Amino acid sequence: MTDITSKPPTEAVLAPDVATPEVVPAGVPPKQGKPASLWSDAWKELRRKPTFVISAVIIIVMVVMAAVPTLFTSVDPRECSLLNALQPPSAEHWFGFDLQGCDYYSRTIHGARNSVAIGLVVTFFASLIAVTLGSLAGYKGGWIDSSLARLADIFFAIPLILAGIVLLNALGSKSVWTVSAVLIVFGWPTMLRLMRSSVLSVRELDYVDAARALGASDWRIITRHILPNGITPVVVYATITVGVVISAEATLSFLNVGLQLPAISWGLMISVAQNRILEAPHLLFFPGLFLSITVFSFILMGDALRDALDPKLR
Amino acid sequence: MTSYIIRRLGQFVLVFFAATLMIYAMVFAIPGDPIRALAGDKPMPDSLRQTLTQQFHLDEPFLVQYWYYITGVIQGDLGTSFNNREVTEIISERFPRTLRLAIYAFIIEVIIGVSAGIWAGIRKDKFFDSLVKVSTVAVISVPIFVLGFMAQLIIGVRLGWLPVTAGNPPSLYGYLLPAIVLASVSLAYVARLTRSSLVENLRSDYVRTAKSKGLTQRRVIGVHTFRNSLIPVVTFLAIDLGALMGGAIVTETIFNIPGIGRAVYEAVLAQEGNVVVGIVTVLVIIYAVANLVVDVMYAVLDPRIRYD
Amino acid sequence: MTKVTPLDTAYDPHRPETAVLLEVRDLEVEFRMRSGTVKASNMVSYHVDKGETLAIVGESGSGKTVSAQAIMGIIDSPPGFVTGGEILFRGKDILQMEEKERREIRGDRISMIFQDALTALNPVFSVGWQIAEMFRKHRGMSKSDGYKRAIELMDLVKIPSASERVNAYPHEFSGGMRQRVMIAMALALDPDVLIADEPTTALDVTVQAQIMELLAELQQQTGMGLILITHDLGVVAEVADRVSVMYAAEVVENADIEELFVRPYHPYTEGLMRSLVRPDHKGGRLSPIKGSPPDLLAIPSGCPFHPRCDYAQDICRTDDPPLRVIEEGRTSACHFAEVFSDE
Repeated sequence: MTDITSKPPTEAVLAPDVATPEVVPAGVPPKQGKPASLWSDAWKELRRKPTFVISAVIIIVMVVMAAVPTLFTSVDPRECSLLNALQPPSAEHWFGFDLQGCDYYSRTIHGARNSVAIGLVVTFFASLIAVTLGSLAGYKGGWIDSSLARLADIFFAIPLILAGIVLLNALGSKSVWTVSAVLIVFGWPTMLRLMRSSVLSVRELDYVDAARALGASDWRIITRHILPNGITPVVVYATITVGVVISAEATLSFLNVGLQLPAISWGLMISVAQNRILEAPHLLFFPGLFLSITVFSFILMGDALRDALDPKLR
Repeated sequence: MTSYIIRRLGQFVLVFFAATLMIYAMVFAIPGDPIRALAGDKPMPDSLRQTLTQQFHLDEPFLVQYWYYITGVIQGDLGTSFNNREVTEIISERFPRTLRLAIYAFIIEVIIGVSAGIWAGIRKDKFFDSLVKVSTVAVISVPIFVLGFMAQLIIGVRLGWLPVTAGNPPSLYGYLLPAIVLASVSLAYVARLTRSSLVENLRSDYVRTAKSKGLTQRRVIGVHTFRNSLIPVVTFLAIDLGALMGGAIVTETIFNIPGIGRAVYEAVLAQEGNVVVGIVTVLVIIYAVANLVVDVMYAVLDPRIRYD
Repeated sequence: MTKVTPLDTAYDPHRPETAVLLEVRDLEVEFRMRSGTVKASNMVSYHVDKGETLAIVGESGSGKTVSAQAIMGIIDSPPGFVTGGEILFRGKDILQMEEKERREIRGDRISMIFQDALTALNPVFSVGWQIAEMFRKHRGMSKSDGYKRAIELMDLVKIPSASERVNAYPHEFSGGMRQRVMIAMALALDPDVLIADEPTTALDVTVQAQIMELLAELQQQTGMGLILITHDLGVVAEVADRVSVMYAAEVVENADIEELFVRPYHPYTEGLMRSLVRPDHKGGRLSPIKGSPPDLLAIPSGCPFHPRCDYAQDICRTDDPPLRVIEEGRTSACHFAEVFSDE
């Protein structure tokens, strides 16, 4: 699982206590409540933070590239001529040509769509599952909590990439949707643990007790008191997860079990080119660069968000 | 403590059965014809089809098939591959190579990761700290297959510092580049985790107490801060050793190392169901044992932990 | 008792035992943060003699802990910097000392106990180990000798069955017992000065009394000087010999304890005394000081206390009154020290 995809970066960095939910250090006071102006304070700080601004700009560019690639290139990525095969970058064709003689710049630009779409869709649904089940587990406790914890354990036991390879191979069809579905199925457990431990720490706070004493319903306590305060680490982690998912999709496509030709994907472009990298390094360099920069900006943004939202960890 | 370990073992058994069942289902239950899946693209005589049907109890319900399989596993029988090799034999042949790769990677990760993290944590907000913070995000951001090709291209070919592939038989020197690539992402996490844990502990009240006891800076950090800061790092490392074992798929593919990662990848593509399930089963066991070790280590490092 | 010991006598090796043990002179400490620079200690001066208890009193945020941290050399730097003044220990300025020399004083001649012993003790080492460390690192004792001394000290601070509990961890003790461990550790090397920073704030009232009693008793036995930092004037009345009152990073009044309660020379001190719950106060209303302590980032002009002061005049809004001698052994930083206290 050394591939980034199965390594929950913030599970360890962000919340060291999450990894072993069974183990409760005695005498450690619960986290302090967060002030109501947390988000507005954070925004004030973020605006002035270069890492946040840089990552936000890159993410916006990438999202626009994914939505309207024709803004960046007028060349059809599927119009290829074998005469141009493997031509290195030139003034006219900045990124050169691939094996099939397709314009590599155009293909790289068009590759953004699948990556960004899968990253966002997977993160959205995985977070949705994790936040719902995590609040339930953390707030209700008891058998719901332990069975969800065991369920997450099962998914944890199998490395994401391995599970992805096996399942996608079994499914046969390898479209954006099946790849997304597989990544959702194996992506939510980390966030579940995070949400659960966050809810647990919020649940113990005095104002939640106060709300309960005043007779608020469970639903109201969860939606009004626990979610707004407990969701912060999940928001941070979800931002990072977008990057992680994009990387995972590329890895699966590289291993030939993700997106398939004629789909355009950065991982797939490198996969196709892998035997020609020595003679035409540009085939590796450009999609690799776009891929890395996109992942980089999501992780950097998650980092900046965490610094702004949780001053304790600065 | 004993009852805690018993409970953890119970959970382990549950995870073991559920995870293997899941993989078994994915490999054997989802595609239409499991025999075809077993055979891959090769043509299959009827006699063999019948033998196989009986051998894998395919005329029985799915759960019964799984039961036959898992009882075999418990007795140390992981079945055979399509060309009649024992899966256990394949694993014992391939496993040592991955283990070696993983151990090299682990050593690199611990030495460089922990020292970079400590150095950055002590010199918080200085140049080296910023360098570590940015470079670790950068390393984490580059997908490992891109990193692997880059390393091959630049360090291996252009600069010629290290061999591009592990060689046959693989040498220690040959393992160096793949081990660095395999270690890189974990190394970045270890450095970040060590740093943040150290920074947090350096601000704690007991470190202030240690200073006010008149101890040297070296002792304040080396003894009073270090042990506390190591708790999350050791946790991560122990899980990661298991993770490295399973995570060699991409590295072994790129560097052409015939280890267990490449074996499972090839088996998936060749639809060798038994080999896939067998290897995944072994990986699940390694993962579970690593987790158990983490829990015990926690108790050793942190006396506040109570197991009840 | 005058505030200043002349420097020339400070270096006299034959100086009498009663001489000033520790003196803080015009101490300035700044915290440089992104939101601005905070002066957390502004010309702070006080001293403590052998066998004497000095109480430093103030609300939270008044900077009363900062000078103690400066004495110990444990100010977080950055953001904190000592920018001026002297800290004389037996006449020698410890701010000018080499780190090695300071370290030999720290924990050995001057030691400190903290408010919350649970967080102030290292959670992953046994209490015996943490006490024995003092002997091992300062006196070069062996591990087993250190443990023996640790047990003796735990007996001294009245921890029951010390020899059994020496290997227990901090979280296995009650709050009061933990504070006793802290005290045992601080007293391990028989220091000349003990600084106690709100030692009882985190404890139950009954336990508070026990801990204060223990400190007073140990002080009698050892003859150490005690600096007691607290916000609780009630505690001060019981144990202190002298008091320094701090407000907005400044010392506003120094006095002997009896004299202080008879006649405070600063309106803030008077306010603190008025808000005390007293047995003879039955039925009457408590009168807390109006307003709240100033943000150290935005200290009011002139006398920092003027917005909350009943006696404030125009001059108080423009001129910060210096600390001046009102009578023998009494100083105050109020323009109208003599006037208001007559009322």
